[in-house]
Amino acid sequence: MGAKARSPWLLFGMKPSRGVLATGVASLRALPEPIRIRAAKPMPEEKDTMTKFIIRRFLSLIPTMFVIITLSFFLIRFAPGGPFSGEKNLPEQVIQNMLKKYHMDEPLGKQYLRYFGDVLRGDFGPSLRYKDSTVNELINRAFPVSIVLGSTALVIACVLGILAGITSALKQNKWQDYSAMALAVVGISVPLFVIGPLLQLAFAMKLKVFPVAGWINGRAGMAAIVLPAITLALPYFAYIARLSRASILEVLRADYVRTARAKGLTESVVIAKHVLKGALLPVVSFLGPSFAGIITGSLVVESTFAIPGVGRIFVQSALNRDYPLIMAEVIILSLLLVMLNFVVDIVYGFLDPRIAYK
Amino acid sequence: MKRILTVLFALMAVTAMLFTSCAPKELTADKADFIMSNGAEPTIDPSLLNDVASTNVGLGLFEGLMQYDPNTNKGVPALAESYTVSPDGLVVTFKLRKANWSDGHALTSADFVYGMKRILDPATAAEYAYMPGMVLKGAEDFTAGKGSFDAVGIKALDPQTVQYTLTGPAPYFVDMTCHNAFWPLPQWAIEKSGNEWTKPANIVTNGPYTLKEWKPQDYIFMVKNPKYWDAKNVKLRGIKILASDNDSTNYNMFKNGEVDWMHGISNSKIDEIKLRKDYQASAQVATYYYEFNVVRKPVDNVLVRKALSAAIDKQTLVDKVTKGGQIPTAAMVPPMAGYTPQQGQAFNAEEGKKLLAQAGYPNGKGFPVLTIVYNTNEGHKAIAEYVQQQWKNNLNINVVLKNMEFKTLIELRAKQHDFTVARAGWVGDYLDPNTMLDMFITGSGNNDGQYANPAYDKLIQDARLAKGADRMDMLQKAEAILMGDAVIIPFYHYSNQDLVDTAKWGGWNATPLGFHPFKYIFKK
Repeated sequence: MGAKARSPWLLFGMKPSRGVLATGVASLRALPEPIRIRAAKPMPEEKDTMTKFIIRRFLSLIPTMFVIITLSFFLIRFAPGGPFSGEKNLPEQVIQNMLKKYHMDEPLGKQYLRYFGDVLRGDFGPSLRYKDSTVNELINRAFPVSIVLGSTALVIACVLGILAGITSALKQNKWQDYSAMALAVVGISVPLFVIGPLLQLAFAMKLKVFPVAGWINGRAGMAAIVLPAITLALPYFAYIARLSRASILEVLRADYVRTARAKGLTESVVIAKHVLKGALLPVVSFLGPSFAGIITGSLVVESTFAIPGVGRIFVQSALNRDYPLIMAEVIILSLLLVMLNFVVDIVYGFLDPRIAYK
Repeated sequence: MKRILTVLFALMAVTAMLFTSCAPKELTADKADFIMSNGAEPTIDPSLLNDVASTNVGLGLFEGLMQYDPNTNKGVPALAESYTVSPDGLVVTFKLRKANWSDGHALTSADFVYGMKRILDPATAAEYAYMPGMVLKGAEDFTAGKGSFDAVGIKALDPQTVQYTLTGPAPYFVDMTCHNAFWPLPQWAIEKSGNEWTKPANIVTNGPYTLKEWKPQDYIFMVKNPKYWDAKNVKLRGIKILASDNDSTNYNMFKNGEVDWMHGISNSKIDEIKLRKDYQASAQVATYYYEFNVVRKPVDNVLVRKALSAAIDKQTLVDKVTKGGQIPTAAMVPPMAGYTPQQGQAFNAEEGKKLLAQAGYPNGKGFPVLTIVYNTNEGHKAIAEYVQQQWKNNLNINVVLKNMEFKTLIELRAKQHDFTVARAGWVGDYLDPNTMLDMFITGSGNNDGQYANPAYDKLIQDARLAKGADRMDMLQKAEAILMGDAVIIPFYHYSNQDLVDTAKWGGWNATPLGFHPFKYIFKK
C-alpha cells in the first residue's frame, strides 16, 4: 500500500475519473487540469468553483457508468455455462421456456437495450437463482446489513488504527511501536477465514460471551455484531496503523512542524494541530475505496458468521451465472467507488490547504 | 484534527442510528423449539423449487397425495385417503381425504389440477416440468407449447377424486406424487399475489406448517398449521431454519447448542464428527462416478476402459480419502428393494495390466497422457489425485488433472463433449433403478459420454411398458450391458450425513432419499 495520495485507484486497476471528466466536459470549457496544486492563497470565488467542480464530477459519472455497464453486460455472457446449466441436463423445451421467461431468447443487442432501459428506471430485474425475489429486493434486504457491519468495522479500524499509528510514530523503535506493528503484521498476514473461527472458538465456544453466528436480529441481539466486526476490521486496522505511522514519521520531519516547535508550541498542540492534519491525508485516501469495499460485503466474514449481507449473494451470483444480480453488483460497486473517491477529493480540500478545486 | 474527530463521531452516530433501526421488533423466531441449519433456499414455490434445501422447507409447508415415510422414504398416503391402479397400470385414481388450506379453503381435486397446470405451463418455466413430463400423458407436449391442457392426463372426476393417465405403467408413479411437482396449489392465492405469493403475508399452505417469517439468506420461521388435517400429530410448534451454509460455522453452532439438526457435513472435519454419537449417515440413491467420452481415443476402446476401471481400489478410496460412510461400488444403481445392482469391473490390478496389454499398451507403453477434468472442490481434487496415483502405480500411465469451475465443467461435458474422463455425480429423483439408468440411452440429454448401444436402449424402452419382476429383470440386464461396456467407473454411492441427537429428538431417521419431514419430529 503506497503512502501517496490517490494510489488506491491502482488497487482497482482504474484511472482516476478525472481523466474521463476532462474529456467529458471539454466542450463546455477548456481545462488543462480540474485540480491543481498551488501555493495557499485566499480564493474569493472558492465556493463557486467548488460547485462547478462538483457538477463536473457528477456529469463524469454518466460516461463512466455507461462504459462499465456495457462492458460487463457483454463480458459476463462470454463466461462458459449459463444460469440454467446443472448436473442434470434439462429437456430442450424446458430450457427454451426458461430463456423465454427471462427474455434471454432475444438477440443480445435487444437484451442489452432492454436491460439498459430497466436500469434507468431503477429496476435490476428478477434474480435467476432466487426465484421468489427481484434483484432489488435482494439488495434492499442485504445491503443495510452489510452497511451496518462494514461501518462498525471501519470505525473500529479507524479509531484503533490511528491510535496505534500515533503511538508507534511517537514511540518509534520502542516497545509500544514494536507491539503495535506486530499486531498490524498479524492483521495483514493472517487470513480472515482463520481469524473468524479462532474468535468463534475463544469467545463463543469457550467463554460463551458471544454467539457463534447469526445477525443482530437474532436471539443474541447486538452482541452478534462483535465478532464479525472485529474480524472484518482487523486487516483495515493493520493498514491504517501502518499507513498513519509512516506518514506521521514523515510529517514530523517537515519544515512546518519544525516551525511550529520553534514557535514554542507544546508538543501535544504540535501533534494535534499540525502533524495529524497533514499525516492523515493518505489514510483518508485509503478510506474512500476501502469503505466501498467493506460495505459491499465480505464473503468470508458473512459466511463464517452466517450474516445475511451482500457479500455472499454477490459471490454466489457469479458462480450461479445469475446475470441480473452480477450486473447489479457491478453497477453498485462502481458507483460507490466513483462517489467515495469524489468524497475523498472533497475531504482533501479541507485537510490540505495546498489543494484547490477549480 | 477537530474535523477528523467530527467525521469519526458522525460515522459512529450513523452506525448507531442504523443499529436502532435494525433492532429486533418481535422475538417469535427465537421461541422456535427446533433449529436446523439448511443453507440458503433459492425459492419455496413448489412449482419452481429444485434443490435439497428448498425441498426441506417445502416438505414442512406443503403436502401431496403421498408423503415420504420418515423411516424408508417410500410413499405413504397423505392427502390421498386411498388409491386404485387400473389393471393395465395406466390409470391411477386417488380419493382425497377431507382437508383444508391454511386460510380455511377446502382442499379439492381442482387444486391438484391447477398445480399440475402451473408447473407444466411454459410461462412458469419450471425445471421440474420434466418430472410429470416423463410419466403423464400429454404433459411433455403441453410444456413444449403443443396442444391444450385438456390433453394432459389429469382429471378432477369430482371434488374428492383426482385421476391420472400415464404414458406407461410406471410402478413408481404413486411414490412420485410425494414430489413437489405433483403438489396441489392454491389458485386464488397465487392469482391474487402473483410472484409475491410466497411472501409470509400472502402464502397459503396445506402442510403441517405455515410460513411465519422468511428472511432470505438469514432464516425461515415456520409455525404449526392449526388447519392441517393431521394437526394433532404435529409435535413441534415452531421451527427455525437457518440459511447458514458454512460447514464449520454450522458445526460450531451445533456443538454450542445453537442448532438441533445440521444438514450436510464437509470432509475436513469428518474424522472428528464420525466419532460423535449424534452423527447420522445413510446410503443415498446417488452415485459418484467418472464418465468416459466413448468416442474419443484412447477410451473408445472398451479394453482400455475396463483396464482403467480394474485399476482403482475403491474400498481404500472410501476408507482413506472420502471417509464419510460412502459405499464403494462397481455398479451405477444403488441397492434397492427387488433389484440386484449389476457389478462392473472389480478391483484387480493384475487384470487391469493384462487388459491394457491386450488393448495394445503393454505396461502402459505408448499410452497417451490422460486428462481428468473435475469441478473445483477439495473433495473432488483428493479423489482425482487418488485415481491419478492408482493409474500410475497399477497401470504405469500418466494422468493430468484439470479442475474448473462447476458451470464450466458442465458446459464442457454436456454441451461440447470436450473431455476424455470427467467427474460426474447423479442423484436419483425417486426410489427406482430407472432414475439411475435412463440417462444412458442414445442421444439422452444427460448422456455426456455419447454412449450408444441399441440393445441397451431397447431394454430401457421396453421396461417402460413392463411391470413387476419382468421390468426389474429388464433393468438389471440393461445395467449389466452398461457395466460390461465400462461406460463409467462408479466409485461409491453417496451417503447422507447429518448431525442430529436422536436421543433427544424422535421421528428423525437416516433415510435413503435424505428426506426428513418435520411433521414426524418430536422432542423425547
